[in-house]
Order: sequence, then structure tokens, then C-alpha cells
Amino acid sequence: MTELSQIRNFSIVAHIDHGKSTLADRLIQSTGTVKDRDMQEQLLDSMDIERERGITIKANTVRIDYIANDGQAYVLNLIDTPGHVDFAYEVSRSMRAVEGSLLVVDATQGVEAQTLANVYQAIDADHEIVPVLNKIDLPAAEPERIAEQIEDVIGIDATDACLISAKTGIGIPDVLEAIVTRLPAPEGTRDAPLKAMLVDSWYDPYLGVVVMIRVMDGVIKKGDRIRMIATNAVYGIDKLAVLKPAMVDIAELGPGEIGVITASIKQVRDTKVGDTITHERKGTDDPLPGFAPSVPVVFCGLFPVDAADFEDLRTAIEKLSLNDASFSSEMETSAALGFGFRCGFLGLLHLEVIRDRLEREYDIELITTAPSVVYHIYMRDGTMTELHNPADMPDMTHVEHLEEPRIKATIMVPDEYLGDVLKLCQDRRGIQLDLTYAGSRAMAVYDLPLNEVVFDFYDRLKSVTKGYASFDYQMEGYRQDNLVKMSILVNDEPVDALSIMVHRDRAEQRGRAMCEKLKDLIPRHMFKIPIQAAIGGKVIARETLAALRKDVTAKCYGGDATRKRKLLDKQKAGKKKMRQFGKVEIPQSAFISALKMDS
Amino acid sequence: MPENWQRAGFGIYIHWPFCAAKCPYCDFNSHVVDSVDQSDWQTAFLSEIKRYGAELPGRVVSSVFFGGGTPSLMEPQLVGAILEAISAQWTLANDVEVTLEANPTSVEAGRFSGYRDAGVNRVSVGVQALNDTDLRALGRLHSMSEALSAIKLARDVFDRVSFDLIYARQHQSLSDWQDELHRALAMEPDHLSLYQLTIENGTAFGDRYARGLLKGLPDEDLGADLYFATQEICNAHGLPTYEVSNHAKTGQESRHNQIYWRSGDWIGIGPGAHGRITVDQQRISTETALMPSLWLESALTGIGESKRETLSAEEVFQEKMLMGLRLDEGVEVSATKDPRINHIKINELSDIGLVSLEHDRLRVTPDGRPVLNRILRDILTDG
Ligand SMILES: Nc1nc2c(ncn2[C@@H]2O[C@H](COP(=O)(O)OP(=O)(O)OP(=O)(O)O)[C@@H](O)[C@H]2O)c(=O)[nH]1
Ligand SMILES: C[S@@+](CC[C@H](N)C(=O)[O-])C[C@H]1O[C@@H](n2cnc3c(N)ncnc32)[C@H](O)[C@@H]1O
Ligand code: SF4
Ligand SMILES: [Mg+2]
Repeated sequence: MTELSQIRNFSIVAHIDHGKSTLADRLIQSTGTVKDRDMQEQLLDSMDIERERGITIKANTVRIDYIANDGQAYVLNLIDTPGHVDFAYEVSRSMRAVEGSLLVVDATQGVEAQTLANVYQAIDADHEIVPVLNKIDLPAAEPERIAEQIEDVIGIDATDACLISAKTGIGIPDVLEAIVTRLPAPEGTRDAPLKAMLVDSWYDPYLGVVVMIRVMDGVIKKGDRIRMIATNAVYGIDKLAVLKPAMVDIAELGPGEIGVITASIKQVRDTKVGDTITHERKGTDDPLPGFAPSVPVVFCGLFPVDAADFEDLRTAIEKLSLNDASFSSEMETSAALGFGFRCGFLGLLHLEVIRDRLEREYDIELITTAPSVVYHIYMRDGTMTELHNPADMPDMTHVEHLEEPRIKATIMVPDEYLGDVLKLCQDRRGIQLDLTYAGSRAMAVYDLPLNEVVFDFYDRLKSVTKGYASFDYQMEGYRQDNLVKMSILVNDEPVDALSIMVHRDRAEQRGRAMCEKLKDLIPRHMFKIPIQAAIGGKVIARETLAALRKDVTAKCYGGDATRKRKLLDKQKAGKKKMRQFGKVEIPQSAFISALKMDS
Repeated sequence: MPENWQRAGFGIYIHWPFCAAKCPYCDFNSHVVDSVDQSDWQTAFLSEIKRYGAELPGRVVSSVFFGGGTPSLMEPQLVGAILEAISAQWTLANDVEVTLEANPTSVEAGRFSGYRDAGVNRVSVGVQALNDTDLRALGRLHSMSEALSAIKLARDVFDRVSFDLIYARQHQSLSDWQDELHRALAMEPDHLSLYQLTIENGTAFGDRYARGLLKGLPDEDLGADLYFATQEICNAHGLPTYEVSNHAKTGQESRHNQIYWRSGDWIGIGPGAHGRITVDQQRISTETALMPSLWLESALTGIGESKRETLSAEEVFQEKMLMGLRLDEGVEVSATKDPRINHIKINELSDIGLVSLEHDRLRVTPDGRPVLNRILRDILTDG
């Protein structure tokens, strides 16, 4: 057990790509926690998808032993957090387990939207914050200017900011000293009843569910009988360990310490993040406040391309949910696409990550339908239902009104692109809440409907600002608006998987855009095909896909027979990627691409 | 009913892989080299002919085709030696068709009578375009007047003459082509091959196209209009379409190519040549090395084949359909409910007049022909 005074717990937070994981690498390496030969870049990003995309998705904890300049031994518990807004929940709960934050800011880029979002969370969690200016090895780094910007925009003192290059290792010793001297030691009482916070849990194929805990009071030992207060479940501790970052068994954990336990827990859903863990006997009656659970905000249908894969998809989704409690799923049937699942995600990146993993780790080709948000439908009979799928929209005659989720979006952007950003927000039904300047950067705060943002807002934002804008958002509750269901008819038949909810004033424009898109996405057939958008029975947009006129190989002689046969095999495979609607084949990619807006 | 290979005849394809220059649109197995030792090639061809003669004794040869590349660069003596070797191995049909592809430069035309004396009785001349600007754009080495004199000479020398044109070229309008085709027909050919320009991957045109530099190509609609106009004009001149891109007076069809389309047997000799032969009731496909030097060495030192495969019944059927439906005559589909083809699709297509199925014969109509690839996909992919 470690004395409280010798412990420092902190999270590393920053805007996406500002170098959190690289800084974690250097802290791990320079303290000898991991041998040089076992080191690799962004060591903690261990999932394939993290390594491939170069981003952190899951927060990771490492315990580091450090001998400080004062000659004393310290235990540092570091939590590397994800930068992407979809995983903001990981950051907020990580912060609840520690007392301080290293706020990393890329000295070539400065304060960005997630920098701000993270600072506010750190302040909310009563953290001591140490600003760290990273990437000073780059010629474009302007540490003085960025330090000023931090003071101006965020309002925290940056005179003692650490200047570092996480890549080359410059400044790392200063960071370690700052952790020890500037961050507070945790508090807690060894003799009090056990009170530990359930910070995170994940599924390990060998160990089962692993639970990460932060001990507040008391001592926890291997073999202890524990109770989780919220779920009221009782377990015996099989394993008690710390992460270095590999698991190392430990005899006990006392106040201020962070570690993991296993206890024959079957699935991640049996654990509630933020729950309080205590002893079965002589436990505390005074649970920690807990966290609000993460809620899925984006829903879409996932259908197997090959209907025969449905059972495999079911198994794959069950296995993935073992590990990721933040995504939800329920069975769905679509007239167009057959059997599949309606799944809920924290955001679009989360959706992409889950879909990628299903396709790759379980080898199932998927059709993804248009993402949708959760609407509240107030019925004339006074009841309210949640609508996760536009196809389930009840008859309007029974509906009193509809409400849609809104967000508060913060966008940071260089001056010269501000006009385009404001236009984009306006086009997406945004209401400006605030507009301020810090040097040549503007910060716009908008109230926006989530449904206008979910799909391609971020892509559009990046494209109109050449990648210079950053974006963060928070959910802001529900608001009534004039929302309608728009159906798409292909060759006069409605295609349920293409129906969307849309604001009445935007319906014509969206309908026209979708019909035009579909006209490009659906290959020509032997006959002409009308493509229509309709609200109720009323057609609001229409395009006609002309019939195919020419597709023939001009020359075909003896040597071409084999080639033609191979082509036929390829076409057979290609046909699997199509969905048949009456006499029309629609490529699966159309279900997402049809929604993309060019403006 | 006799099998296809027995009805459709037996052909021999000889590939000459060399050209004087590489045309920018061409993806045939053709190579430009400084010099060729034609006597080595003769040894290789003769050895292969002998090998096949031993494997397939007793056949009656209905056609020999010298293709390329540019076979009109072969010495007439070499052509003669090959034909002699063939007649030493097999019996030649009384009406055997011996075709040679010729490029219409004056040098090559100079060899025409030599080829005739060697036994060639039909030439297919690569005219490609009837104006000098377009000939240059196509990278051709001949002028229009050379092409015209070559045709004239060919008609004096050979029994049968055909020529090739490429249309749907860059910046070619419908009326440009109609006019050009009328001029071609005025030469009174008894056979014409009219190909829409195809942009092939791995060619100079293919690269230019991929980089967006190949301008003025027709869109799908103009392509279709050009195709229909071609059918109409040729029909009106007594050269009906007997295959997607081939037109002939009745009886003047290319017998050799019909062997391919009717799934007959042929052997393929030379670099990159494919063959289909039936041995012990099994249909076998043969392939050879593409690189001239590799093929030459393999043929000189042993067997000039790089690959031999027995086709499954399904593959044989697919080829029969893929090749046979190119022909106006169509294919015989034995039982009306052959499970290998999609009869629902056939009904749909026949309702809109793109195919017809009568007396167990499936045909693609003139309206269906320009969308043949799609028809094939529809009726063969989920049968
Ligand atoms: N030149 C330079 N590049 C750096 C430095 N620190 C990080 N990088 C690079 O910046 C990129 C992002 O680094 P990460 O450590 O993955 O950033 P992150 O903040 O963990 O990113 P997320 O987890 O996705 O939010 C990588 O390509 C790093 O190599 C630095 O000090 N100098
Ligand atoms: C084997 S090739 C060449 C024969 C001979 N070497 C010549 O060029 O005249 C036979 C015919 O195919 C046609 N052809 C070749 N490449 C083509 C392409 N990319 N598109 C359309 N037709 C093509 C030409 O009309 C050519 O005459
Ligand atoms: S088109 Fe004919 S001449 Fe031109 S490269 Fe091809 S084979 Fe040779
Ligand atoms: Mg990271």
C-alpha cells in the first residue's frame, strides 16, 4: 500500500491529435515502466482500430513508479483519454477518478474546441490543471503565443506551462516534476469502510469482465467479498492488480489507489460505471454520487448484405456488447432489407468503429441505413414514445406534436472561414448563441438540431474550412419543431430503409437532393425508373433515371471467352451487393450515400 | 444431336505477336521489336502443329486464321510453311477458309500475292478510319489512300476481303460516322467488322482517359445512336449484322470467328493464344505464355502451352451463352426450363423486346444487342 502523500492521479486531456497518447508513451518510457525494447508508438492504443486510425477510443490507465527530484518514490496513476467528441463520456468519467489533469495543447495549433470542452470538465471535477504545450520541435510551434491564448480564451494561468515535445522527449522531466509538485495528493481514510468508485469495465477473453476501480476510503484485498451498491450484486474478488500497463497482481489497494479486479462477472452490462463498491459486510451506507449513464444519440439499422449471415450478425453484436456497454441494439425488420438490428451509438465515429469491427472481426458484410436521432412523439392520447427509426413513425393523425434533440455546438475557426461556418450552421437550422474572437480565431456557439449534425455536418465543416475548424458539442434537451417523415419511392414503391425525418421547411430541398443522388447511385436498368420523395401521399420531388442504352463488349474472340467468364463471376459477386426492390436493384452503398448533402 | 464442337468446325489460330508500332488503343498481345528471326518462329510453330496433330488426329480443318499483332509482317514463306505443316497433320476441308490480318501499308500490300500463293484466301484489312487526321490520332502508320489501294489490290488478289473500322472515336459526330460508313460501303466489301472504340486499361488511351485527358468521346446516348445507325445502314446495304460488331453478305460470314461464337473446337498457337479442344468428351481450355520470347523458348524446348484446364459443365454452358448470344442466330437452349438461366428475367426481357425465345432458340434482338452485357448478367447470374 502506498501513502497518500506519495500518490498522484491525473488524466491527460486535449483536443484530438494534440499528442496525449504520445506524451503517455514518454512518461511510461522515461520512468522505465516499460522496457525500451517493448515500447511502440501510442503504446496504450492497443485496439486494431485505434492503431489503424491513429486515435484513442478507449481511456487507458497506467501506474508509474517515479523517483522525484526530492529523492522520494511516488506512484503516478495516469489516464490517457480519447480526444474525439463521441468519446467525451470516457473523459468525463476518467476525470472523476483523479485529482488533476495535464492539459495538452498542440503549440502549432492552439486552443481547439475539445481543448475547451475538456478544460470545463476538468474545472467541474475540481481538478488542478497543468498546461502542457506540445510539439515544440516543429518549426511552426509558437509556444508564447499559444500560452497567451490559453490565458485569454480559457482564463487559466499558463506562465508555468511545460514546453515539451512528446515526440522527441524534450521537457518530459519537467512534466514529471510538475505532476509531483503541482498536482494534489489524493485524500481518504484507511480505517473507514471500503468505498471505491467503479471507473470502467471491459471484457477480456481470458479473464472475463475486468473492473477498474479507484479506492476512496478503506482497503480492498484479494478474496474480499464485495457488494456493488447500485446493482446490489455481491462478488468475491478473484484477482486484484495494477496496470503497468500489463496487469501486475497486488496484495491490496488503499485510499487514493487505482487498480483492477476480476470477480466472475459475466458481462460488462452487469457493472454500472460510477457505481460504488464496498465490502459485503461492514460496508458503507453512503454511496458516491455516481455518473449519469452514457446514452446513445445516433441510431441506424445494420443489416447483413447476405441474408444468410443474420445469425452470425446476432452473435457478433452480442459479443461486441460484452465489451462496449455504450452501444445498444434491438432486432429490426425492414421490408426492403430483411432482418437486421437497430443499433444506438454515442456518435458517428462510434457507429463507424462498431460497424468496422463487426465487418472485420466477424467477417460480415453490412448494409448501414441512414443514421437517425431519437425523436419524442407526443400522441393525441397524451402518451409519449421515442422514435428510433423513421420507418416506425405513426400515422400523423394520431400525433399531437414532435420534439427533436438539440445540441450546443462550439466551433473554433480561423477568421477567414467564419462566414462559411456561419452559413453552414444557418443552413442546418442553427441559432447563434455566442460569437467571440481570440486573436485571429473566432469561437461560435450554436444551438443546433442534432439531426442536422449527425450525418455529415463534421465532414462539411472540415471541407468548408479546409480542416481548420474544430467542433465540440453537448446535448441540450428536446424542442418542438415542425418535423415530418419523408419517404422515398423507387419505381413507385416506397423503400422503407430510405425514409428520413426532416424539418418541413427543408423537406423539398432534401427530397430533391436525395432523388438526384439516388439517380446517380442506382445503375441504369433496362427500363426507366421514377424516383420520388413524398410526405404522406404528396410527392415533393421527382427524378427519372433513364433506361440503359448501351453496355456491350465490342470485340469478343477466342481469347476472350475465359475473360468474359471471369467477368460474369465478378458480376455475380457484385449482384450480392445490390438489394432487389421489385424489379429495381439498389446498391447497398446508396443507403448511406443518398443522405450526404453537398451544402 | 451432335455436340457443338462437331458441328461448329475445327479451327487453327496462329498468333503473330509483332507490330511495326504500338497503337495507343490496342491491348492485344502485340510487341514492337528490332528484329525477329523468322526461322526460329517457323521451327516453333511447326513443332506445335505437330504436337497437336498427334493429340487430335483425324480432324478436318475448316479454318486457319493468322492474327496478331500484325501477321502481314510475316514472310510469305513462313505462312506457306505453316499451312503446309497443317495439311500434313490433318485433312483440310474442301472449302477451307484461310484468313490473314493485314495492315494496309504499301510494304505489306506488296506481300499480298505471296500470301495468296502460300494458300491464304481471305484477308481482313485493318483500315480503322477513312480520314488521315483520325488515322494519325489512332497511331496508325498508313494513310487513307494507302488503305484504299490496299483494299483494291486485296480484291484482285484474294477471293474474300473484309476490313475493320473503329468508330465512336474522339470528336466523331453521328453524321461524320454515317458519312464515313457510306464511303466504306461504297467499296462494296462483302464483310465488315465495325468496332466501337473501347478504352482498355493498360493502353496509352487508357492512361490518358484515367487522367481525364482523352476528350471528345461519345457518351452512352451517342454511343447507342452510333450503334443503331450502323445497324441500319449496313442492313440497307445488304450487309446484315450477324454478330454484335460484324456484318456480311449472306454466306460471307467469317467461318473462323463463328467457331468461337458457336463453341466449336480450335487450337491456339503462338504467344497468348487460347484454345478450346474436346478430348474424351471433355472440353479443355489451353493457354500459352504471353511474352514472345518465353513462348518461343517453351515451344522450341518442349510444349508451347502454359496452362491447360478441363472446363466444368457449368463453365462450358456459360461460354456457350456468353459467346453464342453475340450471334444473331442465338443459341439453342435444350429444355425450355433449363435451370441455369433465369426464366423470369427472360420473360421480362422478352416483354420489352430485348430477347426472344422461340422453338428452343434464345436470341438477343437487334434492340437488345447494344445492352447485351446486361442481358447476359441478368439471365446468367441467378439462374
Ligand atoms: N512533431 C511532433 N509530433 C507529435 C508530437 N506529439 C505527438 N505528435 C504526433 O501527433 C499525432 C497525434 O498524436 P497522438 O499522441 O496519437 O494524439 P492524441 O492526442 O492521443 O490523439 P487522440 O487520442 O486521437 O485524441 C501523431 O502523429 C504523433 O506522432 C510532438 O511533440 N511533435
Ligand atoms: C487483332 S486487332 C488488330 C489487327 C491488325 N494488327 C490491325 O491493327 O489492323 C483486330 C481489330 O480489333 C480492332 N481493335 C483493336 N483494339 C481496339 C479497341 N481498343 N477498340 C475497338 N476496336 C479495337 C481493330 O479494328 C483491329 O483491326
Ligand atoms: S492495333 Fe494492330 S497494329 Fe496496332 S498495335 Fe494492335 S495489333 Fe498492332
Ligand atoms: Mg490518443
